[in-house]
Amino acid sequence: MSRLTAQNQEVAAEIISRYPRAKSALIPLLHLAQEQDGYVADDAMEHLAELVGVTPAEVLGTCSFYEMFVRHPVGKYKIDICTNISCQLVGGEELLHHAEETLGIRAGGTTDDGLFTIEDVECIAACTEGPCLQVNYRYEYRLSNSDFDNMIEGLRDGSRDDVPPHGTLGLTRQHIPQDHLAGIGSPETTPMPAWFESRQPEPEAEGA
Amino acid sequence: MPTNAYVPHAQGYVDNEGPKVVSSRFIHDDSHTLERALATDAYEGMKIALGMAPHEVAALVKDAVLLGRGGAGFPAGIKWGFMPPVWPRYLVVNGDESEPGTYKDRLLMENDPHQLIAGCVITCYALGLNQCFLYVRGEMALAQERIAVALNEAYEAGLVGKNINGTDVSIDVVLHWGAGAYIVGEETALIESLEGNRGMPRLKPPFFPAAKGLYMKPTIVNNVETLANLGWLLQNGPESYKTYGSETSPGTRMLAISGHVNRPGVYEVEQGKVTFRDLFYGDNYCQGIRDGNELKAFIPGGGSAPWFFPDQLDLPLEARPVGAAGSMLGSGAIVVMDDTTDAVKATLRLVRFYARESCGKCTPCREGTAWEEKVLQRILDGHGRPQDIDLLLEIGNNISPGPYPVASFDSQSLEAIPFPPKQTTICPLGPSSVAPITSAIRRFRHEFEEKIEAAVAARNAGDQDD
Amino acid sequence: MTDTAPTEATTGVPFTLNGKDLEAKDGELLIEAAERNGVHIPRFCYHPRMESVGMCRMCLVEVDTGRGPGLQPSCMLTVTPNMLVNTESESTKAAQDGVLELTLINHPLDCPVCDKGGECPLQDNAFAFGPGESRFVEEKRHYEKPIPISDLVFLDRERCILCDRCTRFADDVAGDPLIHFIDRGNQTQVNTFPGLPFSSYFSGNTVQICPVGALTSKPYRFTARPWDLAENESTSTVDSTGARIVLQSSQDKLVRILGVDSDAVNWSWLSDKERFAYEATNAESRLHDPMMDTSGALESVRWNAALGAAVNALALAPSKIGVIGGARMSVESQYAWAKMLKGLAGIDNIDAQLGDGIDAEAIMSLPRATIDEAAQPGGVIVLVGIDPKEDLPTLYLRLRHAVVKDGASLIEMTPRATGLSEFASARIHTQPGSLGVIAQSLGTGMVGTSVAGVSARQLTDASKLLKSKRPVTVIVGRGNLAERDGYTVAALKSLRSGFPEAKFLSALRRGNIHGALEMGLTPGLLPGGQPLDTEIDGWITTPAERGLDTEGILRSAVKGEISTLLLLGSDPLTDYPDRNLVREAFDAVTNVVSVDAFLTESSQRANVVLPTTLAGESAGTFLNLENRLSPIRSKVTGPGQTRDDWMIAADIAAVAGGDLGFSTVSEIREEISALIPTFADIDWSEVDAAGDGPLIASSPLVGSDLRTSGADYSVPVPSGDYGLRLVVDRKMWDLGTMVNESASQSQLHTEAYAGLASADATRLGVFDGDKVAVTAGDHQASLAVKVIAGLPAGSVHIPFRLPGFDPGEAISASFPVNEVAVEVESS
Repeated sequence: MSRLTAQNQEVAAEIISRYPRAKSALIPLLHLAQEQDGYVADDAMEHLAELVGVTPAEVLGTCSFYEMFVRHPVGKYKIDICTNISCQLVGGEELLHHAEETLGIRAGGTTDDGLFTIEDVECIAACTEGPCLQVNYRYEYRLSNSDFDNMIEGLRDGSRDDVPPHGTLGLTRQHIPQDHLAGIGSPETTPMPAWFESRQPEPEAEGA
Repeated sequence: MPTNAYVPHAQGYVDNEGPKVVSSRFIHDDSHTLERALATDAYEGMKIALGMAPHEVAALVKDAVLLGRGGAGFPAGIKWGFMPPVWPRYLVVNGDESEPGTYKDRLLMENDPHQLIAGCVITCYALGLNQCFLYVRGEMALAQERIAVALNEAYEAGLVGKNINGTDVSIDVVLHWGAGAYIVGEETALIESLEGNRGMPRLKPPFFPAAKGLYMKPTIVNNVETLANLGWLLQNGPESYKTYGSETSPGTRMLAISGHVNRPGVYEVEQGKVTFRDLFYGDNYCQGIRDGNELKAFIPGGGSAPWFFPDQLDLPLEARPVGAAGSMLGSGAIVVMDDTTDAVKATLRLVRFYARESCGKCTPCREGTAWEEKVLQRILDGHGRPQDIDLLLEIGNNISPGPYPVASFDSQSLEAIPFPPKQTTICPLGPSSVAPITSAIRRFRHEFEEKIEAAVAARNAGDQDD
Repeated sequence: MTDTAPTEATTGVPFTLNGKDLEAKDGELLIEAAERNGVHIPRFCYHPRMESVGMCRMCLVEVDTGRGPGLQPSCMLTVTPNMLVNTESESTKAAQDGVLELTLINHPLDCPVCDKGGECPLQDNAFAFGPGESRFVEEKRHYEKPIPISDLVFLDRERCILCDRCTRFADDVAGDPLIHFIDRGNQTQVNTFPGLPFSSYFSGNTVQICPVGALTSKPYRFTARPWDLAENESTSTVDSTGARIVLQSSQDKLVRILGVDSDAVNWSWLSDKERFAYEATNAESRLHDPMMDTSGALESVRWNAALGAAVNALALAPSKIGVIGGARMSVESQYAWAKMLKGLAGIDNIDAQLGDGIDAEAIMSLPRATIDEAAQPGGVIVLVGIDPKEDLPTLYLRLRHAVVKDGASLIEMTPRATGLSEFASARIHTQPGSLGVIAQSLGTGMVGTSVAGVSARQLTDASKLLKSKRPVTVIVGRGNLAERDGYTVAALKSLRSGFPEAKFLSALRRGNIHGALEMGLTPGLLPGGQPLDTEIDGWITTPAERGLDTEGILRSAVKGEISTLLLLGSDPLTDYPDRNLVREAFDAVTNVVSVDAFLTESSQRANVVLPTTLAGESAGTFLNLENRLSPIRSKVTGPGQTRDDWMIAADIAAVAGGDLGFSTVSEIREEISALIPTFADIDWSEVDAAGDGPLIASSPLVGSDLRTSGADYSVPVPSGDYGLRLVVDRKMWDLGTMVNESASQSQLHTEAYAGLASADATRLGVFDGDKVAVTAGDHQASLAVKVIAGLPAGSVHIPFRLPGFDPGEAISASFPVNEVAVEVESS
């Protein structure tokens, strides 16, 4: 797979337009590619390189730095189980082991049916609600083993339709209508805003 | 009247007794909507600010001694003053909350995005800049979505963007989101990331963001919670603000208290007015250690903070005394460990975090944190050697030379070494890995020794079997 | 270090280093200030020619700026007044020990089989600062052992210490960020994008600056151990930049070339063409013996026989002899040949340029700039004709630094976009034939309307920059071999009269071409730019009348007026732009005498071939495009019976019964200094010493009015309605002899292509990679289309000397511009 679709190229163009320099859009664009394909394909990176005007090696450099980006297909549901300190204290590691046993894979692996990938992840900012996990970045809090089993069941039988496929983050994107845009200026030439200049304090009179 | 109970739609947040500066809307299940925001004056502070001169707004914030809530606790008003008169200049809002134990910013972004947007506009206005980037942690899909919706509504309502509230003031707030890298919470790494690069910190000096930040232009990086205070502050004034908290640390803080307490949760707490004991045992807060167990240790300011022990329970929740006592309040995350906790295991888990999150730029951190993890894992796996304990301390000393901050320990007549540590690295990530090692080995050395002795005994037994 | 501001007398910054009160320069980094004062601070990532990143942490030292001592990376710290620095304190030592221990834990212990062993900063620092043994008992990081990241460079990621030097170089210096940090933290590695190799003209520099043995070059790998190497500082003769180099040999064979950090010239950088040029010197195909064609084929003969035959071939009236070449030789050899040919035989049909240069007197009359002046911070650079990235790649790096880092502004007046276009403030892309009129409009300030397809906007932008108070340097070369050099001469004339303060840097590209011109290997001049009627002591005669340039020589040969061609290291049959003319000339002459190191297409046609040594085998002097002298050193013995060029001149003179009057290089140097005014003040020991090398004095030509005869302002009308005007220039890697004879470079050139303007590609309905038929007379080829940025519509760009199509077949030297037909192939 694949370069961005025509529709996603339009989304990409809008994202790029919000930054003074195109390369700044790279991480959101990598998310867009991951949303499209479920992972970030090499072709997609080459396409993004064209869109933001850098080399594919630079895109790979950025992409590979961030752990959310996967460069190979993963399960439809990526289950990120937190084992960091707060969760560890209340059973995060035990939950991970339960997940591994239940799904028959180790952390980092994907089930044969391509439905589930488990990751042993760092703190996901729900520390008082451990053990916790994210499935495709949707939270599940204070899970017992049977809560986990129920979640898997719901994902399998399709009743958990609140969880989108892997790669989708927020369901609404920012959109700034042209007539509401203050205006994105170049970092080289954008001056002090006129409204600020007109509100500068009067310089103190000499000798005052 | 506060319910002194969890609020279901803001999971983890406890609506307890006490002043509410930033979490006042959390009790409403529609707190994230523009409708609720308008009904509860979320943009009033912004409108007041727009009626003042920008420099007056900046002066007001300075006067209120609004301390940064991201970890370093530096006064926002003073930070703003570091910007040279150069344009363009940028505001970057740090919503890349990832410090272990911390999650107040996520709640603020999910449950009150308009309060944050108003704070962004106020800051941009005060500093005379017209573009703000709101950098939300990548994993926080709901926060991104709520902010996107809120921004779309706010743009439509003329509360942000061109000619804000009918004035000539125009400011764009752009939602940006990350992709999973703890280090990006460090402000220079955040800027690198926002430029589309690998989030590797820049050396300060020369790259102080206020002078050479985003695109090498003056840039202020402020934490989400810091900016969430601004609407209230403008609406009620610095004097009212300073009636909360202590003289040196006015206002409130959002604290996440996790681990072995009966009611873990996020609380809005007046700074300096309560002690750790109040927090852990008070009915208004965590209501005691779970199962009636004894407190073994606690981390007062996120995973990077040296540990405290029962000796430090009566310290007030205020940056200066906590620093003097050998740790930091950091990002408002307190992790409580009871006496069932395995100190070696807890240490390994924290160290593993830093090893996995090291950006790889500085040799000591890139190599040292991974080495620390390997040694600790070996000890835990039953392959420890007696020299490993000192080796761990010495690796730590390579990353963070000299005496490492540590809490006092009366029964061993150990004196506190005040925060912060020294470092051979650009940023504090590597040195943070030394905090759990130093804390645990100094206080619980016997736990390490027991594991190693067992390992040595097992190896000796194995040798005899041969 | 990274800026080139002329060092002004600044007040020093007082600081204390290990108890000693010293002064740093204004803005100087601590690591440099310490080095200058004899204190070496260990480092891996710091490189004086790149921006500091402070990431290896090896250079941490204890610094107190008034707030108590703390560890600071000395590579990122500017010395401030009264700074207290202690590089010997316990905390400094502890930090260095600690960083080194951590640097070593994952580094393999394969020093015995590592190319870098013996010259490795990591090894050296480990020896000087490190602990005796490792406390690391865990398993080291593992990667697949050396992987090729390009045709020339291998990467061993296990050895890599992630100092960011190679990646910084690729991005910041070369502008080819094709290698990058990949992954994170302890798993960080340097690598390329899958399937996209590190194909940079400058890749070899990464091998040189790698502080460990992670990057190795294909030609050098496993060929020698550093302690077996003998070395000599020298100058690259590959192009006219004259990059300073170190030649290294093992067992009388050249094995490596390294760049030398010459402040004035190449800042330690080299193009891969310069770096690996020694492979051609080592080539099996080198000529070993003199050869003669006595029975229809060249056969090895003794020197006496060959010299005798050469003398016979030259025993003609001066007007019957044409001499082509000489740019490959040292200044001393050029003088020897000039004296032999002009001062003994009275020959003036001599041209070191092969119809691909610019009128010699026009070039020699320019007020000259140095590279430093051209690249000065805040200057204005005008590129006329050439793409420095292809023609003079090391100069390109200096210019790139000037525009990217030092605030210089660039105007390009070139037939297509160049390697610097993305940084240009004005892009004037000239159709063949229009350079003269465009420069005229700039020179006269008439820029309100578009001229020859160049928009008023671009002209106005350029004009503003040219009229600003900033120092202007015009860098001029021949941008198009299919367009007469008169357009370039016309442009020079307009720029000189319009901007009298402007200085010029010649970008004639052939090796020692500036030496050749200075020594009089050009018609109408004696050494030092002196007119033919100058009397020179010890010269028996001088040419009676002005001779012919290469084009004239070839035309006379065709007409039978010249019967002997003497080739001085030149290969006109492949290198002269007009293929038909040069073929006819070779067919017409009676004798061809070739002085060469290889059997080229031309020397194969010779009756007599005299084998020469190459740079690295013979000593001498190089005069670069700034007119700066630097040494060419001999490091190894030439193969077989090869002789130095100057000796061959002297031998021919002797066989002919004359005497050039010198028998050593130093005697030639003395004579040059004594007889040639531009060299009168040259201290030859300064030439030989390490350092930037002296500039020669200006000849009387410098600053004189341009001869106008060659200048051409007209814009010829295209002759055919389907014709596209040819733009023919050179790529760094082509079928040129030295590249072709270098084993690792000979495959690096691309195939010929038809470069089209996007408008023409659209008109023809073709895209990149599609085939088109290119027709020039009865010569036709099918070429892949490449859409070329900045190429004006109506032009077609076909590089010279690439396999697949020889644009020389389409060039006639008698036309001011040349055309080919480009048509969609009927499938």
